[in-house]
Amino acid sequence: MTALLRTRHSVLPGFTLSFSLSVLFICLVILLPLSGLAVHVSGMGWDTYWNVITDPRSIASFKVTVLSAAGASVINAIVGLLLAWVITRYRFPGRRLMEALVDLPFALPTAVAGLTLAALFADNGWLGQWFSLAGIQVSYTWVGIMIAMSFTSLPFVVRAVQPVLEDLTPDLEEAAATLGASPLASFRKVILAQVMPALLTGTGLAFTRSLGEYGGVIFIAGNLPYETEIVSLLVNIRLEEYDFAAASALASIILLASLVLLFGIQGLQARLVKRWHGL
Amino acid sequence: MPRYAHQWLLIAAAFATVILMLVLPLLLILHQAFAHGLAPVMEALTSNDMGHAIRLTVVVALITVPVNLVFGILLAWCVTRFEFRGRKLLTTLIDIPFAMSPVVAGLCYLVVYGSQGLLGGWLADIDVQLMFALPGMVMVTIFVSCPYVARVLIPLMQSQGPEEEEAAVLMGASGWQVFWYVTLPKIRWALLYGVILTNARAVGEFGAVSVVSGLIRGETLTLPLLIQMLHEDYNTVGAFTAAGLLAAMALVTLLLKTVLEWRQRV
Repeated sequence: MTALLRTRHSVLPGFTLSFSLSVLFICLVILLPLSGLAVHVSGMGWDTYWNVITDPRSIASFKVTVLSAAGASVINAIVGLLLAWVITRYRFPGRRLMEALVDLPFALPTAVAGLTLAALFADNGWLGQWFSLAGIQVSYTWVGIMIAMSFTSLPFVVRAVQPVLEDLTPDLEEAAATLGASPLASFRKVILAQVMPALLTGTGLAFTRSLGEYGGVIFIAGNLPYETEIVSLLVNIRLEEYDFAAASALASIILLASLVLLFGIQGLQARLVKRWHGL
Repeated sequence: MPRYAHQWLLIAAAFATVILMLVLPLLLILHQAFAHGLAPVMEALTSNDMGHAIRLTVVVALITVPVNLVFGILLAWCVTRFEFRGRKLLTTLIDIPFAMSPVVAGLCYLVVYGSQGLLGGWLADIDVQLMFALPGMVMVTIFVSCPYVARVLIPLMQSQGPEEEEAAVLMGASGWQVFWYVTLPKIRWALLYGVILTNARAVGEFGAVSVVSGLIRGETLTLPLLIQMLHEDYNTVGAFTAAGLLAAMALVTLLLKTVLEWRQRV
């Protein structure tokens, strides 16, 4: 039966086995739980659903999550571009160590990151004391949430931009310089223009990740309802209250947002790559 | 070596960022764990809760990694060695766990397998409890870490192409022989790379596991969940000792990852 799907014959064995087991796995592990949520939500009625997601506490949590994630993504776009640039363009002692450390946020469990950042930015913490001297309260505010989110999603931009920077040939930059462009103008018009698709992809992935971040955030956030409560936490709180309906309704919103972002980023990336090669 | 002042300025800025954002947190873990010397750390390490959490975390990883390893190989073989309808769809679907909030992932499993869930009633009838117990924790961990091996293998096997495997088949090798003697030697480092990433995620998963574990002390607390519990108990040394163990795992992960990346480049 699986032979019907094949568009080109191959002499290699194992299509039926690998195809059916992969599809079975994807259905059981990924699609069944997702449709479970969809069924659960669709059974609850539009009015209940609408009441849950327009509840002031829910709205406040959407706002703080989206704004902090946006702030974190902007930070990551700038810091990520800087790190990728320095790692690919310059040779200096400690470069390899720097490159290896950039992936730390992906390897470090989010709960460890959360616990540590909370201590680091506490009012008497190593970094928090300087912020409180400057009159900026980090822990228990959205600033802390933003910092935690930018930590856990830092590698996305670096890893997206790095290969593009490595492939850039110096010809265009040299041409721009010969034509009298200042270094800043040549960076903006030549390099940034070529890096932009990768930068957008990386920032988009960082934003998606930040929207769903939980372990990294809850330690530093203080979790005050209406102020520093992120959506993922509110979902968990509703669950602990056995309010499955509210938890599922809220979850469906983040799920929808992350799926739209994921497919949007993949589609955009494919289009940009195609346009680039089409030139 | 850079020649201009602005280049050194950029390098200095990058170093400052890395030290402030990445190195300082690691040092802080050590500082907090050993704030009162070695004795409290040893006490925390030998406590029953810690021992149980370490064993549970290892068990979850030991089940998750092989399952996702096999799935990753099967999926990569399927999408890189054959052309068929729906190929793109398969590679898109496995990215879903990367994009999803772990708490939502945990909730999805609860909605299906929990006592009030879609299959929960039926599971209760045959006396099977998956949620708030080890099976549920393993299930969500498999979910959140399933894309890694496939994501590492697919681009590599795509670029290697099927020619060598096809030659082996035409010379009479069986399917198993093709995989064992032709494919596996070509992908072993990438495979190891995928395993390290899967393991790091499986050991460190917090949000999804916290939803389905029920947080029962001495029973369903993995190391990351224990950190939260100790933190809420104001047991700073204990929390940072557990954090130190996980940070050590993360550093070993980074080291192996870097070594493997050099190997692949050569």
